[in-house]
Amino acid sequence: MTLLDIRDLTIRTADGRVLVDRLSLTVSPGERLGLIGESGSGKSLTTLAVLGLLPEGMTATGSVELAGTQIVEASEKQLNGVRGRDAAIVFQEPLTALDPLMRVGRQLAEPLRRRRGLRGTELKRAVTQALEQVRLPEPGRIARAFPHQISGGQRQRAALALALACEPKLLIADEPTTALDVSVQAEMLDLVDTLVREREMAVLFVSHDLAVVARITDRAVVMKDGRAVERGDVREIVRHPRQEYTKALVGSARRLESALDVRSAR
Amino acid sequence: MTGVQKTGQAPEETGRTPGTSSATPAKSVESAKQGARRSYTLIAGCVLAGLIVLLAAVSFVWLPYAPDDTSGTRLAAPGAGHLLGTDKLGRDLFTQLMTGSRIAVEAGLGSVLTAALIGVSLGVLSAFALGWLDDTLAAFLDILIAFPTLLLAMLIVAARSATLGSAVLAIGLAQSAVVARLVRILVKRVLAQDYITAARTSGTSWPRVVAGHVLPNIWPTLVVNLALQFGLAVLAEASLSYLGLGAPPPNASWGRMLQEAQATFTTAPAGALAPGVLLVLLVIGVNLIADGLRDTLDPTARRRRA
Repeated sequence: MTLLDIRDLTIRTADGRVLVDRLSLTVSPGERLGLIGESGSGKSLTTLAVLGLLPEGMTATGSVELAGTQIVEASEKQLNGVRGRDAAIVFQEPLTALDPLMRVGRQLAEPLRRRRGLRGTELKRAVTQALEQVRLPEPGRIARAFPHQISGGQRQRAALALALACEPKLLIADEPTTALDVSVQAEMLDLVDTLVREREMAVLFVSHDLAVVARITDRAVVMKDGRAVERGDVREIVRHPRQEYTKALVGSARRLESALDVRSAR
Repeated sequence: MTGVQKTGQAPEETGRTPGTSSATPAKSVESAKQGARRSYTLIAGCVLAGLIVLLAAVSFVWLPYAPDDTSGTRLAAPGAGHLLGTDKLGRDLFTQLMTGSRIAVEAGLGSVLTAALIGVSLGVLSAFALGWLDDTLAAFLDILIAFPTLLLAMLIVAARSATLGSAVLAIGLAQSAVVARLVRILVKRVLAQDYITAARTSGTSWPRVVAGHVLPNIWPTLVVNLALQFGLAVLAEASLSYLGLGAPPPNASWGRMLQEAQATFTTAPAGALAPGVLLVLLVIGVNLIADGLRDTLDPTARRRRA
């Protein structure tokens, strides 16, 4: 049985440009799949299409089956049932992923109350637990803080807690570490890795960074201009990239890696 | 490319991260101080506007003379019997100022409430509207903005009668178009944010997203704008009364006081100066309140200044 089954997904803009072209991929329960590509290759749109959240004017055709529900052309009501329960997304930019005028605790409380029906002190305890799960220090203080009062790394952890609050079967991580600095990035990746393993959650990990994807996932799909150009074992892709495009991605990752090594050696 | 981005981000992040846990109490004290210093504007505005509101409130229970009492000497100079003198019919000016302030505050509140009610509903609706409905609403708002308030007021007065209600309706309608356009843009901007998508990925329904995330996020900007609209509404009501399109006699409106004192301005300037000064005070007061609110309502703005 597959958890996420995307078949011939095509996403078009209102004026008919094709942004994702007949993409197919599957994720089984507990499996981890990487989605690699440059910006503009259609990765993020694909993740939004999984939850029926495409921006205004864009249309999806083909088939996206998430835990048995057909997402393409599903009603808003059906979608609201699926969202959060079957899949949730962590976004790239921690600054904008949290409501700036709402205290972190209240934002976390909302899905917890709706999905698990918690109230009062139970709800408060669940919020604290959710923050502890993502290894946030002083969960009480963070729950009372506004997003701008905590650091970028802490915000991203809070956003992760928000995505995990509904205990989704599939976690979609859309470049969750790109906006963080390198040391925080590594911690974040470890955290995602551990949390997902504990819960036997499936992951769709989106990144332009091969090294980051290789750290989390086993299989990967390489996207270019909306198409899947290469797929298979991540290590295999890194070692023996077949497509020119993938070679270029691997090459740039290597150059960055060595540039970082030179700097840290100093 | 990403290397540049990361290194660009690093100093800011590392600069903030270590200090966060220990610096927070200090920061909140700082922001409280900031808030207090800033709200001098708010206090000054409240004092000015409060003065007029007090005058209006007192007018309900006590007036020096009856509003239609014409027993005084005509065009008497300010003095013991009449604090600010009398008008050309021998009515007490201070009495008229007091009832006029009541009209001004009522006109401001009424117009702003009308504008907020219609404007916010239309604005939210048009932010969500697609296709022909979006076009229709946008065109409707454009026409309403281009339509002269004066002509609108004349039409409403013709259809109903020259009452305060007619003036308030005209001003409120005209302002609701401005508010609706503002709300439309604000809502669209908020809807494009990741936290809205994040809320929706957890299955939050649209009405809950609007109530929980959209309205609170447009509220600071909206409330400041409404405070400014209050000032404009007071001025607009004075203009309409000046033209005889506002509250009918014997209710003295500042606008009509100005009009009546116009002919005798050189011999008895108090009749025109007094309502003019109060008008200025009230409008400056609410504008100061708007300014103060802008700085105290937005928690992120406090940090940016600090």
